Formats: sequence, C-alpha cells, structure tokens
Amino acid sequence: MSLIALSAGFLPLLDSVLLVLAREKGFAAAEGLDLHLVKESSWANIRDRAALGHFDFAQMLAPMPIAATLGLNPLSVPMITPMMLGLGNNGVTVSAELRARMADAGAPTTLEAGPVGAALAKVVRAAERKLRFGVVHQTSSHNYELRYWLMASGIVPDRDIEIVVLPPPLLPEALGSGGIDGYCVGEPWNTVGVKTAGAHIATVKASIWRSSPDKVIGMRAHWAEANSEIVAGLIRAVHHAAVWCGERDNHQEIADIMAAPHYLGLPAERILPALSGQFDIGGGVAARVPDHFVPYAGAANFPWTSHAAWFYSQMVRWGEVEHIPERARAAAMTFRPDVYRSALTPLGVPMPLADSKVEGLLAAPTEVASTSRTLVMGPDGFFDGVRFDPEQIEAYIAAQRG
Amino acid sequence: MQIERVDNFAMPLQDLAILVIDENRIRASIIEDGLREAGHLRVTVVNEINEVARVIERDMPDVVVIDLENPNRDRLEHFFSLSRALRKPIAMFVDRSDAAAIEAAVEAGVSAYVVDGLKKERVKPILDMAVSRFNAFARLTRELEQARSELEDRKVIDQAKAILNRTRGLGEAAAYALLRKTAMNQNRRIVDIAQSLVTADSLLGPEE
Repeated sequence: MSLIALSAGFLPLLDSVLLVLAREKGFAAAEGLDLHLVKESSWANIRDRAALGHFDFAQMLAPMPIAATLGLNPLSVPMITPMMLGLGNNGVTVSAELRARMADAGAPTTLEAGPVGAALAKVVRAAERKLRFGVVHQTSSHNYELRYWLMASGIVPDRDIEIVVLPPPLLPEALGSGGIDGYCVGEPWNTVGVKTAGAHIATVKASIWRSSPDKVIGMRAHWAEANSEIVAGLIRAVHHAAVWCGERDNHQEIADIMAAPHYLGLPAERILPALSGQFDIGGGVAARVPDHFVPYAGAANFPWTSHAAWFYSQMVRWGEVEHIPERARAAAMTFRPDVYRSALTPLGVPMPLADSKVEGLLAAPTEVASTSRTLVMGPDGFFDGVRFDPEQIEAYIAAQRG
Repeated sequence: MQIERVDNFAMPLQDLAILVIDENRIRASIIEDGLREAGHLRVTVVNEINEVARVIERDMPDVVVIDLENPNRDRLEHFFSLSRALRKPIAMFVDRSDAAAIEAAVEAGVSAYVVDGLKKERVKPILDMAVSRFNAFARLTRELEQARSELEDRKVIDQAKAILNRTRGLGEAAAYALLRKTAMNQNRRIVDIAQSLVTADSLLGPEE
C-alpha cells in the first residue's frame, strides 16, 4: 500500500513529541500516512507556510489558528484545530538574581503560582528598574498565561513589567546574559535555563491554569474539509502516539528519540524532566509536578471550544481584537470537537459528551459524562479561583476590563 | 494591522528608506547592491538582530526585508506591533490580495514588512528585487556546494584508481572502467565504490 505524504511544520519543543512519535513509532504509517516533519525557525514561518499550504498542517500555539480565523494575521486563512497536542508543559523561569529577591520577599520553592506571584509583586514594587520577561510569541498561551498570572498577582504587564518576544532556544542565553530577567516557555527550555544559565523555575502552567492546553494541530479549514479521511487518519495516529507517550515505561525511549539533532538536538537528560514531572528547579531544589505535561489522560487531546473562547477573551483583554459576539462564536468554533469525535468514535475512545466546559468547576480529579468506559478529568481552572464560563464571556471580558 | 499614516507620495522613489535584516552578510550585501543599482539610496543593512530596535527608531524604514531562516522573525513582528503606538505602523507584505507575490517570497525564503499606506506599485519592485536576489543567492550556494562535492568526488576516484594501479597493475583508463562496471553492477555511484575501495585499502594496508 502506498502511503499518502503529509508535511507538517514544528518547532523544537517537547510538545512536538506526539507528531514525532506518530512518525517514529509507525502510528502514522499504520493509518496510511507518510508524515514528513519539517523543523522551523519561527512561529511566523509556521503561520505563513501553513497558510500558503506549504505544510498540510502544523504544530501551532493554541491561539494561532484562532488569530488566523479572525483575520488578525497578514495571510489570514480560516484554520481549524481538530486536536490538542496535550496539556501543560510551560513554566516561568527567572534569573538567579531575581529568584534571590523573590525568596527574600517570601516566595516558596513549591512552584505555587499564588504565593510566588505575590512575592514577585513585592519585588516589582521595590525594583529600581522595570523587569523584563520573555515569551515566545504574542499570540501564544505563554503570553496570555504570563499576563494572567501577573495581573492576578497585582502586577500590570507593560506598565510594571516589560514583555518581549524571543524564540524558545534563545531564551536561556538571553537570561544568562542579563538581557531578560525571566521567561515563560515550554520544556525543555526551562530545564535548559536551569542547567546552562543558573536560572530557577518559579512556577508552572500546571499551577497557573490547571489542565490547560498549549500546542495544537492547526490546518486550513477548507483543506480539512476536502481531506476529511486524511484528517481522521492523522487524528487516530496522533491519538495512538498520545496513549503511548503517556506510558511511564516509554519515557526514556521518548527522550532518546527527541534528543536527535533533527528534533530537539539536546541530551536526553534535559528532555526527561518534562516527561517524568521530576524537576531540578535550580539551586539544587527538586520538585515533582505530576501533571506538568499530560499527553493523553483526562481528555488531553480533546479540543474544548471553551478553551478557544478563553484565548479569544485574552486577545480582547490585551487589545488585539475588538469584542463582538459573532467574533467570539467564530473563535470558539475554530476548535472542532466534532472532527475529533468522528475520527475516534470507531475506536471506542472515551470522550466527553460536552463540547464546552466551565473552567474552574473541577477542584479534584472527577469522573465526567463520557461516551464509553470511564473518563476522569483532572482538576481545572485558574490559580486565583476566578471561573471562566464561556456562556458568560461578555461579563468575563467586562470584569477583566475592570 | 491597518494603521493610519500620512505618507508623502510626492517623494521620489529612491527616497524610500529600506532596512535589510539578514544574518548572512554575503546575501545581505547582494541585496543591498541590487537595491542601490535600482536607485534606492536609503538602504540600511543589519546583520545583528539586537541592533534592529535602535536602527528602526533612527531610520524609520518604510520597508523591512528579512530572511525567513532568521529565528528572530517573531521578535521583529512583536516589535512592529508595539511600534504601532509610536505611529510607525508596519504590516507584512505589500498587499494581502497579491497571493502569488507572497508565495514567491516565502518560497525564496524572504519576508517583507511595509509601512501601511504605502502604494503597492512602489513596494512591489523592491520585493521582486529581494526575491530574485534571494533566488540567485540560493542558486549560487547550490552551485558552489555542487562544485565542492564534485571536486571531493574526483579526489576519491583518483585515490581509488591509484590503489588499483598499485595492487593490480591497472592503467588509469582500465581502473576507471573497472570502477564504473562495478558501480553499474551494484547499482551504486562510482564515487561510492571508490570510497569503499579507499576505506578497505586503509583498513587492509600496512600499518603506518
């Protein structure tokens, strides 16, 4: 059987792992797909090449397909997200100097977003200069999470703290040279900062917004429609990769695969912490974050329309787009649970019955209504306890406008 | 992305300020030459991304050209989005509707950002120039690479011929014919056969 060639762009980050495994472990070939992965140098290239059709699909930052659909990009083409590439994986890392000042201000080493943020706020108020933090892209979960965490901690981004954009592999070096004081990035670039730039991991995405998405599969809407069988095969291949990736026994092999120069090009021991959740957070302190990166469990690949709606609310919050109800609907519909479901229903994969959820309802792992067997969702929502109800998005946006 | 700016359309063509960002110094100077030949006098080249912010503040470029391999493209775009507040709006490409031009640029490995309100007719020749120079540079690099590898191949084949001469007393033509025949029989390239022979000879030959 000849395979159908599919090309996909990715950036060297741990959460390209499901695409890499789909190729390397034969899950794509089993679906009749020859997955050709192209390492890119910037998110802008991913965005442009995906829009032009040079890539059939790409690993994207979760808000990117939404921005494309809303016409915020120069080459805007409606995009869809039929599947998430896992939950979590980001962290906020700070320089040794900033960590020392935060510790003086009472920051714990427990990675808890609340008390760490409160300590950072004290440091920011006392600082003689404006601190500078790096994120990987403006339209990124990193940017919106970092800003959310800062605001909820009493720090106003742009006014109290400068936020700049740098590509992930350059962040540790920029921190080491004093160009920035901290950054929010996906693994392995927090661990690399700890190992190479004497940095400290201050908090993690898993604490700022529990069970939250970061990278997605993004593709042109009309291509997805015209190639629905291929899209379904791709979803099944990545699903099998996600299940396999979630097995603890496979972590070492996964780290070895990802270490190759054409993927991350880093030693396997820099990659393992993100998979195992066992971190050296700097200064010899160890921390365990069991839900740091969740490739499969708790419906981690399910494209909740409410997640898309939250990213949209943050685009409005930071002035990237004016809110109108039709736009909010278009943003939410960029995530396509219907496409995900139709691909995986034949496999009997347990899936949520709802397309949307209220962020912050689940305080502990909870069994939820699903299609088959048992589906346990991890705790969700934001560290400050504010709920996001997609049905009440107007009120949410208004409250954040404050 | 659409921001108002009062552009002085009465300005002569060569008065557009153009910024070229390329970490590849040779390619950057090839593009710079092309722009100057086309009559553009206000061309600045930046090889080091850290200088970009300062240069943009100083030169207020109307057109920015950057190579796509540059990992700092995201940083640059963010910088442009911030500079909107400074009334120096810069958007990507000439015209969203000109898909063919955009595609040609991305294929060539170049991206352009243009001050909003600038007429397409004024920017198109600049982008076309950048695209053709990028393509020419890529061709040149490929040809150089090919020439270099051909030279390497010839060296290996000469070594293999010398080995056959020494061990089996074959003349140059006969040695080459044997290499060629073996390559055809094994469905491999002559240079690969020659390389195997050179490797085997170094393993089997007398220790030095």
